[in-house]
Amino acid sequence: MKTLGSWGRYPYSPQQPIPCHWRQQVAEQGLAWRDCQAVGLPYGNGRSYGDSCLASSDQVLYMRPLARFIEADWQQGLVTVEAGMTLGELLQCSIAKGWFLPVTPGTRLATVGGAIANDVHGKNHHVQGTFGRHVDGIELVRTDLGLVQCSPTAHAELFNATLGGLGLTGVIVAATLRLRRIASSKIRLQQIRFDNLREYFAISRELDIRHEYNVAWVDCLAPLSQIGRGVFLAGDHHDQAPCKPRPVTTVRIPITPPIPLFNQLTLRALNSLYFRCKGTRPERLQDYDAFFYPLDRLLEWNRIYGPWGFQQYQCVIPHGDAEEAVGELLATIRRHNEGSFLAVLKNCGDMPSPGLLSFPMPGVSLALDFPQRGERTRKLFLILDHIVRDAGGRLYPAKDAHMSGDDFRAAYPAWERLENLRDPALLSQFWQRVTLQ
Amino acid sequence: MNNILIIGGTSAIATACARLWAEQHSRFMLVGRNAEKLQQTAADLQARGATEVQTHILDLDDLDGHAAMLERTQQLLQRIDIALVAHGSLPDQPMCERDPDYAVRAFTSNGLNVIALLTRLGNLMEVQGGGSIAVISSVAGERGRPSNYLYGSAKAAVSVFCSGLRARLFKSNVHLLTIKPGFVDTPMTQGLALPGLLLAQPDRVARDILSALQKRRLTLYTPWFWAPIMAVIKSIPEFAFKRLSL
Repeated sequence: MKTLGSWGRYPYSPQQPIPCHWRQQVAEQGLAWRDCQAVGLPYGNGRSYGDSCLASSDQVLYMRPLARFIEADWQQGLVTVEAGMTLGELLQCSIAKGWFLPVTPGTRLATVGGAIANDVHGKNHHVQGTFGRHVDGIELVRTDLGLVQCSPTAHAELFNATLGGLGLTGVIVAATLRLRRIASSKIRLQQIRFDNLREYFAISRELDIRHEYNVAWVDCLAPLSQIGRGVFLAGDHHDQAPCKPRPVTTVRIPITPPIPLFNQLTLRALNSLYFRCKGTRPERLQDYDAFFYPLDRLLEWNRIYGPWGFQQYQCVIPHGDAEEAVGELLATIRRHNEGSFLAVLKNCGDMPSPGLLSFPMPGVSLALDFPQRGERTRKLFLILDHIVRDAGGRLYPAKDAHMSGDDFRAAYPAWERLENLRDPALLSQFWQRVTLQ
Repeated sequence: MNNILIIGGTSAIATACARLWAEQHSRFMLVGRNAEKLQQTAADLQARGATEVQTHILDLDDLDGHAAMLERTQQLLQRIDIALVAHGSLPDQPMCERDPDYAVRAFTSNGLNVIALLTRLGNLMEVQGGGSIAVISSVAGERGRPSNYLYGSAKAAVSVFCSGLRARLFKSNVHLLTIKPGFVDTPMTQGLALPGLLLAQPDRVARDILSALQKRRLTLYTPWFWAPIMAVIKSIPEFAFKRLSL
């Protein structure tokens, strides 16, 4: 099998996979690691951007072939699946039976195990909270304790540590999820253009109570005077049939170009064009895949950033100073002439996350991609980190390849509890970087 | 709804096919060696929509066990709409060169036991007077290459046997599909260093198989580009071929 990497292709650190085809193999490999005092890390479908999916030993347990249903109660919407199943594979079966994921991230190519390990959230965070709130049980294999069935009532501490536990508390082999009923696979979509951040916050305040799914795209390359302009998307599940899964049609980026395909000039033009095309429009119906997973149609789109890769910067800023801090972040990025096509703003609600290290907190989350440009990127991130720190915000470990150990430990004070519950044979480059340095 | 018999029911390609059939609410009989793996595969298919999944534990090298297995299948499914023969293992070629016993065993489990099975299965389907048999052979059976000619010759035997059986069963309205996959990303090929561009995922191969069965095609190269590749490989004269280390 060929080597694996992280989604951002930065840091570059090829991982040797040990493929897992049957559940029994997980325990066997765990014991092998323990016996020779080696460490490893479970790896799903490689959709973590930074180094949280890279093993410090560069040897990972490749979980993707473990993609079976173990049990499914389609009356109650309760499914137990192996951890390597992607969210898309689950939806492909569940939609036809009238069930959808209660929480879905912006890609359906993440695995169930990965969604749990990063306690992911989606456009409905203000209504449904994080993915972990809908997990009823986890089958965890630890090298020291063997198989542990944990749930909110059994081994609760280990269960909570595993939600957002970055795959360090043991290998998630399977999980039981509670799905949500849907009557239609279509989304009722409303699209509203805003010209600045003040408008964004006003729209968001108004629409968050009315719609389940809210997200906004921001033009981070707009002229300084128009910074904060963008398009707000509000969606809800439609209430009339048909309810059927959509075939996964994709175009693959076949090679990694020797240089990034976009530069600031072309990106600025693209962003402007997008902003102009996406005016305020009356309500319409959209397929669920176009609404939730627009980027999944372009397989391996991370390649467009060329061989040096890219980093995604995602932070959440608590409500108080959010407008000011987000404005400052956007202005800083604009002044440095950085940033890219994808800048996403969304409100996080006050639904508490069950995980010890879950990312969301009440406030506003901003995410955008930066092509990796060495020193330039590092310097910009230092300034951005400063703004986030001052506003009491924090960064998302699943996307991160740069945050300092001090920032991490200050923003996630529960890290020591996770460290105590960590499986001694599992260690990621991320964890090594933020806790040991 | 189809009644489907799968030999080698826990193999990666078979599982990928079965998942697609499960969505169409098929009934299954899965045959394999490992009870635990059969049970896990069965549970998966059931959750995906299969109406019924039966399993039968059998090592296909046990030729005497074939009859009982087919009898039980007939009892449980009544009619077999599709029989997929998907079992096999990749022998260690250098080992085949050193140890004739190992070579014969490898030839048996990839070739002879398939022929034995198809003999009984063919007769059964002939009496039934309809249905499809799909047999996974390999592009490796098209020409003997130094890197795996034991496996290749077993698959060649299977391919030739299939073409004869097809002509015979044609008169009884039984369709036989010979499947010739190239490199597929499965546990069987896990240890090999295969060129990434040519490596296909099992679900892609499965979709090809289902569509070929529906169209009642005779031979399927999957993915499609193996047809031209094999045409070229077969056209190389032997005096030149022997100098290539393929």
